[in-house]
Amino acid sequence: MKKYTYTEKKDTRSGFGAGLSELGKSNPDVVALCADLTGSLKMDAFQKEHPERFFQVGIAEANMIGIAAGLTIGGKIPFTGTFANFSTGRVYDQIRQSVAYSGKNVKICASHAGLTLGEDGATHQILEDIGLMKMLPHMCVINPCDYNQTKAATIAIADYKGPVYLRFGRPTVPNFTPADQTFEIGKAVMLNEGTDVTIIATGHMVWKAIEAGEKLAEQGISAEIINIHTIKPLDNAAILKSVAKTKCVVTAEEHQMNGGLGDSVAQLLSRNTPAPQEFVAVNDSFGESGTPDELMTKYGLDTINIVEAVNKVIKRK
Amino acid sequence: MADISQLEKLALQVRRDILRMVHAVNSGHPGGSLGCTEYLVALYNGVMTHNPKNFTMDGKGEDLFFLSNGHISPVFYSVLARCGYFPIAELKTFRKLNSRLQGHPTTHEHLPGVRIASGSLGQGMSVAIGAAISKKLNKDNSTIYSLHGDGELQEGQIWEAAIYAAANKVDNYIATIDYNGRQIDGDVENVLSLGNLKAKFEAFGWQVVETNEGNNMAAVIEGFNKAKAFIGKGKPIVNIMRTEMGAGVDFMMGTHKWHGSAPNDEQLKKALDQLVGNDADY
Repeated sequence: MKKYTYTEKKDTRSGFGAGLSELGKSNPDVVALCADLTGSLKMDAFQKEHPERFFQVGIAEANMIGIAAGLTIGGKIPFTGTFANFSTGRVYDQIRQSVAYSGKNVKICASHAGLTLGEDGATHQILEDIGLMKMLPHMCVINPCDYNQTKAATIAIADYKGPVYLRFGRPTVPNFTPADQTFEIGKAVMLNEGTDVTIIATGHMVWKAIEAGEKLAEQGISAEIINIHTIKPLDNAAILKSVAKTKCVVTAEEHQMNGGLGDSVAQLLSRNTPAPQEFVAVNDSFGESGTPDELMTKYGLDTINIVEAVNKVIKRK
Repeated sequence: MADISQLEKLALQVRRDILRMVHAVNSGHPGGSLGCTEYLVALYNGVMTHNPKNFTMDGKGEDLFFLSNGHISPVFYSVLARCGYFPIAELKTFRKLNSRLQGHPTTHEHLPGVRIASGSLGQGMSVAIGAAISKKLNKDNSTIYSLHGDGELQEGQIWEAAIYAAANKVDNYIATIDYNGRQIDGDVENVLSLGNLKAKFEAFGWQVVETNEGNNMAAVIEGFNKAKAFIGKGKPIVNIMRTEMGAGVDFMMGTHKWHGSAPNDEQLKKALDQLVGNDADY
């Protein structure tokens, strides 16, 4: 098992803020909109550096999405910012018609996704956003795993022509990917080559997959670990190649089992080379108040859950 | 600007197009289309500076129009075709399979003249505001126009947009309300009254102008002129334009029945007989 280390834990939303600030300096067409969550989304730096390109829309997310769609006409590249729940479920029809169907170059940037939002509870802990967004034709869906990768992804999507959903979160997590990485949309990142099982993880679950890989190595199980930061378009070739070797797969995501990364992987495999699969995801349930760690444990999204899923799936080969 | 009689002649032709388009596929929305004919004919033939022969999505240096009440696509398509955005003959593909003229307008099939999809109501004002801000950022001195149904104002997003535009002095933008008083289920007054619409917009911080005869070409042009006089004065502008749903066809007026129903063969003949004097039918 390849050794991964980190010097500090950082929040992915700060990676977004840093990336946006960098874009502000390098790309004069980038504009940003926020629905009264500038501090939470770490958009303050951009706001301070480029007040003429920052638009505070107040608590009016539907209007924010519409304005963003309009801003693209004339060549602007709008980045909208609010919590993942208000970025997707609240404004689904606005995104569907004014952004996706209209083919507008809007970057929907969503923080506080999933259970790790924590104490605010289930009203804010959206676990359906990946599903909602990946169902929209031509919507690109990205869920990076740490600060450095979120920063790199933020910078990369400005050069991608078309609508993007960029998902990140609130808590600090190990910042282990290289600061100088090139973010390639749609390209899986191979974290560890193995032979017994493929673990495909996204977002905050990637570090847990690495931890699981270390524990599995102690049990003599060789896990291939893949970081899928882009859920759509999915890196089909990388997944098929890996599962052709390992013959079984575990997917791990901070999302509902229905409609998430696991579904996309299952669909790909069933159409090509069916293989046993286990899902580490929230099983048809809302979340609740609690600390991020407590919630991840209670809802089965911990390192141990990945280890157990691997043991189970290997027996099904 | 073409003279009034030329515009009226074009409006007559557009009305014929609307009726023939919806009749051909036995679906679509003739009522609001007929009611907004003068508005769209005037807008695209003198009011706006635009470039039908060389359509670009960004429309730099051009005035831009957004149709928020997308169901009145027949009038929009006819006016676009007849000022040169795409071949007039293409009107016969309206609502048919593989057409660029979808039931509700879309950019998805790349129809020149359309810059946003609309149909799900209440979204166009936000989009228009975004385009107006984009113009300002680009130091482009053009004007943004949008059209909304009065029933559409029941959508909450409209009022989010209305607050934003006033608070941020989006003053290169003229929204028009098709104030015909009717919606699918009946009179707006009975379905969900808008109360005092003028007072509402004024309270939201908008400059309100009124066009009381929205089916009188001279009055519509005068309404545009009144509205344009307020461009750059620090407030978004709304033109509350009273129209008659079904205008131009006697049996389609005075009712909400023709909001979304097409005439049959006999009704089409009866309607076209009232719109004679121009026969450049596609």
